[in-house]
Amino acid sequence: MISEMLSYPFMRMAFIAVLLLAPALGILGTMVVEKKMAFFSDAIGHSALTGIAIGVLCGMGSSGIAVVIYAAIFAILLNEIRFRGHSSTDTIISVMASASLALGLAILSRGGSFSGYSSLLIGDILSISRDDLLALAVVFVITIAFAFFFFNSVLAVAIHPTLAKVSGIRFRLLEHGFAVLVAIVVALSIRWIGILLINAMLILPAASARSISGNLREYMGLTLAFSIFSSVIGLALSYFLSIASGPAIVIISALIYAVCYVYGRNKQ
Amino acid sequence: MKKIIKPCGLHCIKLIDVSVSFGDKEVLHDINLHIHCGTMTAIIGRNGAGKSTLVRALAGEIPYGGSLEFRTREDGNTSRIRIGYVPQTINIDPAIPVSVADLLTVYHGKRPVFLPGSRDEIKKALEVFDAADLIDEPVGKLSGGQLQRVLLANAIMGDPDLLLLDEPVSGIDKVGMDIFYEKITYLKEHFDLAVVLVSHDLDYVAKHADRVVLLDESILKSGSPREVYDSDEFRGVFGDVRYM
Repeated sequence: MISEMLSYPFMRMAFIAVLLLAPALGILGTMVVEKKMAFFSDAIGHSALTGIAIGVLCGMGSSGIAVVIYAAIFAILLNEIRFRGHSSTDTIISVMASASLALGLAILSRGGSFSGYSSLLIGDILSISRDDLLALAVVFVITIAFAFFFFNSVLAVAIHPTLAKVSGIRFRLLEHGFAVLVAIVVALSIRWIGILLINAMLILPAASARSISGNLREYMGLTLAFSIFSSVIGLALSYFLSIASGPAIVIISALIYAVCYVYGRNKQ
Repeated sequence: MKKIIKPCGLHCIKLIDVSVSFGDKEVLHDINLHIHCGTMTAIIGRNGAGKSTLVRALAGEIPYGGSLEFRTREDGNTSRIRIGYVPQTINIDPAIPVSVADLLTVYHGKRPVFLPGSRDEIKKALEVFDAADLIDEPVGKLSGGQLQRVLLANAIMGDPDLLLLDEPVSGIDKVGMDIFYEKITYLKEHFDLAVVLVSHDLDYVAKHADRVVLLDESILKSGSPREVYDSDEFRGVFGDVRYM
C-alpha cells in the first residue's frame, strides 16, 4: 500500500515538501509560542491573501513575490504596534488582519471569480512542483540557520527583555528579523497548507512539546518529532481516506496536543 | 567571571546629570554619582521616590537623560560598561520549558541552547550562590529565593563592571535576605565590580552598604551610612528612628 502511494510522483514530491516544511514551521513555532505571538502569526497568515491578491492584480499570478513582500511589510507594521505597547494591541492586530483579509477577498472576488482561489483556504500540497521544492529547501536552510544563530537571543527577549538588552542583544533588529522570517515562511507555505491551517501547523507541535518538556533541548527535539510525525502520518491518511492533506495533518497534530496536554497535567 | 583577591578600587563609574521623565512628568533629575569598584552603594528613599526607576533606567529598561561614564584603571579612558542586572522579580510562566542551565545559556552561552555542550562555566557561576544543585531544575518551579540566586549567577556570568540589583521584597524570608546580603558582600569583596542596590530595608543597608544615597526625585543626601542616617534629610523622610 505504501509503495503504491509512493509510486505516484506527486505523492513523493508532497512527502519531500512536508519533510522540509514541517521542521521549518516547527522550529519557528517554538519561538512563536514562547514569544506569545500565536495571534500575530495568525494575522500574518490572513494578510497573505492580500499579498496574493496584489500579485494577481499586478499580473504576477498567485505565486508572485508580492505575497512575500506584502507579508514582510505587514509583519514589521504589526511589530511596531506591539512595540508601542498599547493595552489594545490584540484588538489593533485583529482589526488590521480583518481589514487586510477583506481587501484580499474583495480583490480576488471581482466579477464573482473567487472560486478559482478557494484552494488558498485549505491549500493543496499535492500541487507542489520541483521549483516549489527548491523554494522550500531555501526556507528550510534559512530557518535552521536562524535558529542556530538567534534561538538563544529570541528566547532571552521572550523571558525578560531587559535582561536581554543588558546582555547586549540588539532587541529591535532581532524582533523585526524574526517577524519577517515568520512572515516569509508563512507566506510561502500558504499555497500548500492553506490560510486556515497554517497557524495550526506552526503552533500545535510546539504547544504539544511545551506541555511535557523540562528543558529547551527536549522542547526543540519533541517539537521536531511531533511536526514531522504528524505531517507524514497526516499526508498518508489524506491519501488513503481521500481527504485534504492540510486538515489531516492538523487533526493528527491536535490529537498529539490533547495527549500531551493530559500527560503534562498529570505529571504536575 | 574573573575572581580576584581584592578589587582595585580604581574603576570609576560616573552618573552625570541623569534624569528620567514619563511623558511630561520628570520623576528623576540631577542625579550625579561617582561609584568605585569594590563598593556597595545602597539607594534608599520613600515609596515612589524613583529608586527602582533609577536602576531600571541604568539597566536600559527605560530611556534616560544624561550619561553613564565608565573609566578604566589603565589609562583613565572611558570604555563601554558591562552591566549585570537583577530585577526585583521576574514573572516566569510556571510551565515554561526552560531549565536553570538553559536560562543562563540563552543570556550568555555561545552555542545554541538546544545543542549539548559544556556547562562548567554555568556551574561555577551557580556555585558562587550555592545554587549548583538547581542546574537542571525548571525555572518556573523555583522558589523566590532560589530564583533570586539564579538571577544573581546570571548577572555575574557576563563579567559585569556594574551590578544593578533591585532588592527582593516578596517571597524571601529573613534567612533568605541574610544570604542575599552575604552573597552581595562576598561579590563586591572578591570580584572587580561595583554594586548599586535598591533597598527597602534600612537595617541591612546600615550593616552592609559602604555608601548610601537617599533619593527623592533627586539626591537628598549621600555619604557613609552614618552620615546619611544622622542627617536632617533622612529624618525628614523616615522620621526620628535610630538604625545605627
